[in-house]
Parts: sequence; C-alpha cells; structure tokens
Amino acid sequence: MSRGTAIDLCYLVAAIGFIIALKALSSPRHARAGNLLAAVGMALAIGATFARTGLGHIGLIVIAMAIGVAIGVPAARLVKMTAMPQMVAAFNGVGGGAAAVVSITEFLSVDPKTLATYKVLEVVFGVLVGSLSLSGSALAFAKLQEMMSTRPITYPAQQVINGVVGLAILGFVLTILVTSSTTLLWILLGLSVVLGVIFVLPIGGADVPVLISLLNSFTGLAVAASGFTLDSNVLVVAGTLVGASGMLLTRMMSVAMGRSLPNILFSAFGSVVTASGSTEGAGGRSVRTGTPEDIGTLLAYSRRVVIVPGYGLAVAQAQHTAKELADTLLAKGVEVFYAIHPVAGRMPGHMNVLLAEANVPYEELKEMDEANPEMPATDVALVVGANDTVNPAARDTPGSPIYGMPIINADEAEHVVFLKRSMRPGFAGIDNALLYDPKTTMLFGDAKDTLQKLVAAVRKA
Amino acid sequence: MTNGLLELFTVFVLAAFVGYEVISKVPSILHTPLMSGSNAIHGVIVVGSMVVMGSAHTGAEETLGFIAVILATLNVVGGFVVTDRMLNMFRSRQPERPGGSDQPEPEDGGQS
Repeated sequence: MSRGTAIDLCYLVAAIGFIIALKALSSPRHARAGNLLAAVGMALAIGATFARTGLGHIGLIVIAMAIGVAIGVPAARLVKMTAMPQMVAAFNGVGGGAAAVVSITEFLSVDPKTLATYKVLEVVFGVLVGSLSLSGSALAFAKLQEMMSTRPITYPAQQVINGVVGLAILGFVLTILVTSSTTLLWILLGLSVVLGVIFVLPIGGADVPVLISLLNSFTGLAVAASGFTLDSNVLVVAGTLVGASGMLLTRMMSVAMGRSLPNILFSAFGSVVTASGSTEGAGGRSVRTGTPEDIGTLLAYSRRVVIVPGYGLAVAQAQHTAKELADTLLAKGVEVFYAIHPVAGRMPGHMNVLLAEANVPYEELKEMDEANPEMPATDVALVVGANDTVNPAARDTPGSPIYGMPIINADEAEHVVFLKRSMRPGFAGIDNALLYDPKTTMLFGDAKDTLQKLVAAVRKA
Repeated sequence: MTNGLLELFTVFVLAAFVGYEVISKVPSILHTPLMSGSNAIHGVIVVGSMVVMGSAHTGAEETLGFIAVILATLNVVGGFVVTDRMLNMFRSRQPERPGGSDQPEPEDGGQS
C-alpha cells in the first residue's frame, strides 16, 4: 500500500468518525463519546496530513498550530456558560475565515489562466461564503456580547444598498470567472466581508442564534468548496455534513419560533415596537411588585410550582440557586418542574445545558409541549429571566411580530411571578401584557439575588 | 466535466444526504452541543490549510497559509473543547445521586 493510499484511508476513517460522532450526539449518553471520537478523527486527519509527501514548512505549520492551541484552549476553557453562544459564533467565524484564505491561497499558487472555469467557481464560492461567514459571525459575536446594540439596525435605503452590494458581488463573480483576475478576487473578498456585515446588522438579538446556526452551515459549505478546490474528499465530506446539518438545525430553530427563515433574516424584526404591545403597555398601567417574603410564602404553600427559565437566568448564573429553590420546595412537598421553551436563552438547548450544569435531574425538565397541558393545574408559574417565551401576544395578538411563536402558557397558571431585572422588554423588543396582569407579581433584581432571597423566605415560611 | 470533479460531486451529494439523515434524529435539548460539535467538525479545514501552507512558494502564500493554519486550529480546538464542556454537564448528572452524597464537582462545573 502506497503512502498516498494509507493517507487517504486515514481520511476515510476520520470522515466515518465525523458521521458517527454526529449520530452519537443524538443521545446524551453517547454525545460526549461522539465528540471525543470526532476529535480523534480530526487528530488522525491532521497526523495523516503531516505524513504527506512533499509537505513543506512543517516547522511553521507546527508553530501556527501551537499559536492556535495557545489561544483557543484557554478561550474555550475559561468562557462562562452564558457566553457559549458567542464563543460558538467566534470559532465558527475563524473557520469561515480559514476556508476563505485556503481557497484564495490555492488560487494564488497556480497560474489562474490555466484553471478550468469550474475550478475558479469553486475558489470564488469558498472565498465568498467563507468571508461572509467570518464577518457575519464577528458581528453576531458583538451583538451577543452586547458590544453593540442587540436591536436590529436599520438605516435609510437599506434594501437598495443591500441590492447594490449583492449585484456588485454577482458582477465580480462573473468577471472573475471570465478573467481569473487575482485583484478582483481580493475585491470580492472585501465585498463579501461587507455583505456579511450588512446581512447581520438588521437581525435582532433574539434571532442571532438562528443566524449563528445558518452561518455555521455556511462555513461547512465554504469548507466543502475548499475541498473541491484541493481535491480533498475529507474536506468535502466533513464540510457538507456540517452544511446539511446546519441547514436542518436552522430550519428547526425557525420552526420553534413560529416564523419562516426569510422572515427572520430580512424583516428587521423587533426594530419597530408594534402598536398592539406598546400602546397597551405604555398606557400607565401599573404592575404589582411583591416582597420576597410574600412570594416565598406563596411558593411554600403551593401544590405545584413551574419554573420557567430564560436568558436572565443565564446572565445571572443563577442555575445553582434555581435548583436550590426547587430542592427547598421539593423538601416542603411542593411539586416542582422546569418548563423549557425550545428557544429560551440564546440558543436551543441553552437552558438544558445550564440546568444540567446545576445537576438538575432529567425528570424535572419538561419540554414546552409536555409542560403546557400541566399549566392550568399549576399554582405558581415562576418566570426567571424569561419574557418573550411567555408573552401571550404570540398566541392572542395576530398583529404582534411574534404572533404564531409557540409559548409556554405561564398565564394559565393561577399565579405568575416574574423575576426580572427591569420592565425592559425582552430580546424581541416587544412589550408583554402578562406583566400587567392582575395575577402577576413582579420581583425586580438580579435573578441570583432574588432567587436567594426566595430560598430564605421559603425556608422561613 | 472531468471524472475527478464528478467523483467529488458524488461524495458531496451523498454526504449531504448523510448529514441530513443523521441530524434529523437529534433531540432539541442537544441542539446547542450539536451546533458546537458540528462547528468543530468543519474545523477539518485545518487539513486544507496545512496543505496550502505545505506547498507555499512565495512569501504571500506562506503568510496566508500561516494565518489559515492558526484560524483553522482555533476552530478545531475551540470547537471541541467547548462542546466537551457542554456535554460534560449532561454526563455529570447521569449517575443520579448515587449514595445520596452531594456530588462534588471541583473540576470546572462549579464556577464556570
């Protein structure tokens, strides 16, 4: 067996590892092993690449990898669980950037004039999608990190500008296909970076998870395109796997929000606070605030309490305190479970990850569909840092931008308690009529603080 | 269209179907780890970056290749480490209160 064949076989084994890894992610039991398997496959692929005949600059490659590891491992280890979504965005972005650079470098290393048109097309696709993913992810990172406004950003003639940039890119792509010009390829790279930015600007913070999933899928496709350019099966397989899975995940996420993908991407959702919500909300209606003691007593003497966690729980790192409260209530004989909205937090499964961190048992976590039938028989719905995912406007107000999004029917419980930092609307920027409902009690403050006070109050009650 | 391209295209189409089928069975609670895990997998671009770096002839190619290897390595290690941390949490509650002992979690579950 020649060395080349052996290397290709290693790539095949790596590709199989990736597929099995994705499969293993379908069950919590095997997911971790699956991830490790993918990592082993990746190590195998990297090792095999080192063994390629004629691979030069091995020293420099090792140095570059060492730099990558030195930055990447601490960043990934130290990041807080709340910041995971933006971390995924960042690592996705650099992957897209790498794909774009690989494509462009391969283009530089050959005489472009000798390239078949389809080869040029592969390069152009890799550069375009890779750099779009890079700048788009960077902006998504900035939004989630709240380095900039999480609101959709709109400006005059936005559609016209987008259209012009889009047409310019199309024009450059066609010209590059004909002329194989390297200069134009660099300009295309710049324009794609711009496209990534103007593509993400009008997308509101609440929709950024869907966006990251989409960009993740894009990066996969850019990697596949680089694979075509380099004639590499393993790049094509792995890139395409991610491309296909990312598309599917993106669709599932938009379904969970009750909206179509084009609507999420192009409607500048949440930039206008709609009439239905704001007039009612701003109309001087009062909210009822309670003391921790009142609410603690209410909780302690309930039969069933449902905790509805949201992003506020993540921000306050209150998952351990939430569990403490649940355990305290359970010890008092109160039935407690968590109702998890599929898009609570900033990524699907965000809440599950957080509560898992606090060792909340599986049985206490209920998915939305499972939890909703239980709500009418619930004494208290304790909403911890969630807002949009319990907003009845999604169910009852056809004019609302979130109309049609499935929600947790917290309003069907006998009492609703909101633990919130302020009256500020949620991520989607829409007012929530449930806050003004007579059966609602508010407790303002950081979720961790207020939960701690509630734990103390329940113990005393 | 050459045979080589057709071969790659075949691989592409089949991989697209495999990706779709494998993913469609993932429960929603694992969506975040899945996104992160697949994010790590497209870090396989590190192989491509090594190949272009390894065959670089000019200073420009070397520089670009060097940058590509750094970026791709970041993608790989960051992706896998983040995913592992997320999944570690799922696993840590699997042994459900074995002896009633308060599971100590000194590694990183505590403060992170």
